[in-house]
Amino acid sequence: MQLGVEAKLTLDCGVELGPVPMAYCTYGTLNAERSNAVLVCHALTMDQYVADTHPITGKPGWWEDIVGPGKPLDTNRFFVICSNVLGGCLGTLGPTETNPATGKPYALDFPVITIADMVRAQVMLIDHLGIDQLFCVIGGSMGAMQVLEWASRYKDRVFSAIPIAGAARHTAQNIAFHEVGRQAIMADPDWHGGDYASHGVAPKRGLSVARMTAHITYLSEAALHQKFGRNLQDREMPSFGFDADFQVESYLRHQGSTFVDRFDANSYLYITRAMDYFDLAAEHGGSLPQAFDGTETRFCIISFTSDWLFPTSENRAIVHALNAVAANVSFVEIESDQGHDAFLLDVPALRNVLSGFINGCAEHHGLGRS
Amino acid sequence: MNRKSPAMRVDLQLIADMIAPSSRMLDIGCGDGTLLAYLSEFKQVDGRGIELSMAGVNECVSQGLSVIQGDADTDLDDYPDGAFDYVVLSQTLQAMHRPRAVLENLVRIGDNAILSLPNFGYWKVRFGLLTGGRMPRTDALPDHWYDTPNIHLCTIHDFLALCDDLGVAVERAIALDSSGSPVRFSATGSCANLMAAQAVFHLRNHR
Repeated sequence: MQLGVEAKLTLDCGVELGPVPMAYCTYGTLNAERSNAVLVCHALTMDQYVADTHPITGKPGWWEDIVGPGKPLDTNRFFVICSNVLGGCLGTLGPTETNPATGKPYALDFPVITIADMVRAQVMLIDHLGIDQLFCVIGGSMGAMQVLEWASRYKDRVFSAIPIAGAARHTAQNIAFHEVGRQAIMADPDWHGGDYASHGVAPKRGLSVARMTAHITYLSEAALHQKFGRNLQDREMPSFGFDADFQVESYLRHQGSTFVDRFDANSYLYITRAMDYFDLAAEHGGSLPQAFDGTETRFCIISFTSDWLFPTSENRAIVHALNAVAANVSFVEIESDQGHDAFLLDVPALRNVLSGFINGCAEHHGLGRS
Repeated sequence: MNRKSPAMRVDLQLIADMIAPSSRMLDIGCGDGTLLAYLSEFKQVDGRGIELSMAGVNECVSQGLSVIQGDADTDLDDYPDGAFDYVVLSQTLQAMHRPRAVLENLVRIGDNAILSLPNFGYWKVRFGLLTGGRMPRTDALPDHWYDTPNIHLCTIHDFLALCDDLGVAVERAIALDSSGSPVRFSATGSCANLMAAQAVFHLRNHR
């Protein structure tokens, strides 16, 4: 589903954008009281196809273990919304969309956006759908950043919030990895200063390298070792060359080359930048508790033991801030050797925790038990 | 009197009965959430929990209880003064690295603190050490010295002396036998220090 939201969006950088097309998917039915809406916020390279077959890759939705009939986000009970983020490349306003001023894609004329801007665009969508309060806002990784932004800025519009494998700020290490990705894209001669569309090309090699680097950060050493070890790819002996001798190389090259078919390089630049700028405490005078002062939202923070990109310590910092304002908070660190990617995988403990927390919240929200 | 949930320990039931309906409560070391679930269902208490074990936390949150994975030794400092009507610490103080700081935090965070303790002055403990010459093991202290989580055991008198030191008022003290049932004498009396296997205290800050 797609819609043109008429209102203008004033961004953190001061630019006014609009109209803002938003592409989104919904599942289930909004009840008469409009009290059963759940907003799923997607991660950096995900999209609105949370439980639908992806139109480009033909793969199942990225969170079908969590969203669907009888799943933790039970679409028989809840009205689940997921929109492509501002700056994305699957229908919501971003650098691939046409700039009305030039008739060409925005490319680098697109203003630099923030996580708060992404959330502002989502607020416009939720307003458009006539929903005052979301029963739940949930998301992993960059999705968790959006959840925290929602819970901080729109306290009375969020009944429950589930940031998974997230952080209240991007660390220097996080920024460093993103910078490597961006430099890879910008070093590709096919990037053309962002104007590759005019040249009929795309910086596929650069974007592919960016994806390969990022993909390593999504996995744990244990997961990589378990999957590939030092195994060779379709050969008995090393080639004494620079082919993909090792399975892990072949895997990363495959991840890189399939990614460029479904993702736009400029979008990657803009969205990684938005994550880098995220620092919720800085938005509140350097005090993270201040970001949540007076909140009545019920929080469930979830981290994974082997996630070194958004480690438990960053998630615990959110918990401490919420404790400091005596917020209603649950916090679970789930044992997994899958690294940051665990939130996208079928982890039974994740499903159980989500089901329990969501059912408990539903009961308190007058939506009954499942 | 409230209905009893079948699985609840006697000392937990005692604690549950001390907590006013519809109050705000923090259960430190909440285990699998038995007390929280009971109070939420039968007394409409707005309960939160802290639990060290990942399995315990998963169990609690999967039941819909608000529980965080954390350590009372380090995670209580964040809470603001008077955040809760009641703070409960059941059979855990003796396993803390900083029991004195934890006790100070209990009465700071909660208007009321309810705490239960095994009594190392219990006659069976004394008798076991005196006659056997080995570290005592009782119903309330069942572990061997090498695998017990208890690192700061104390007698009831030791505990009362610490409360006195910290200016903590003992509103109520209940002595329990080894099965966890209340016994006749007050836990603040000298008899209890010898005869009680464990005790439950209702504490308040002198402010």
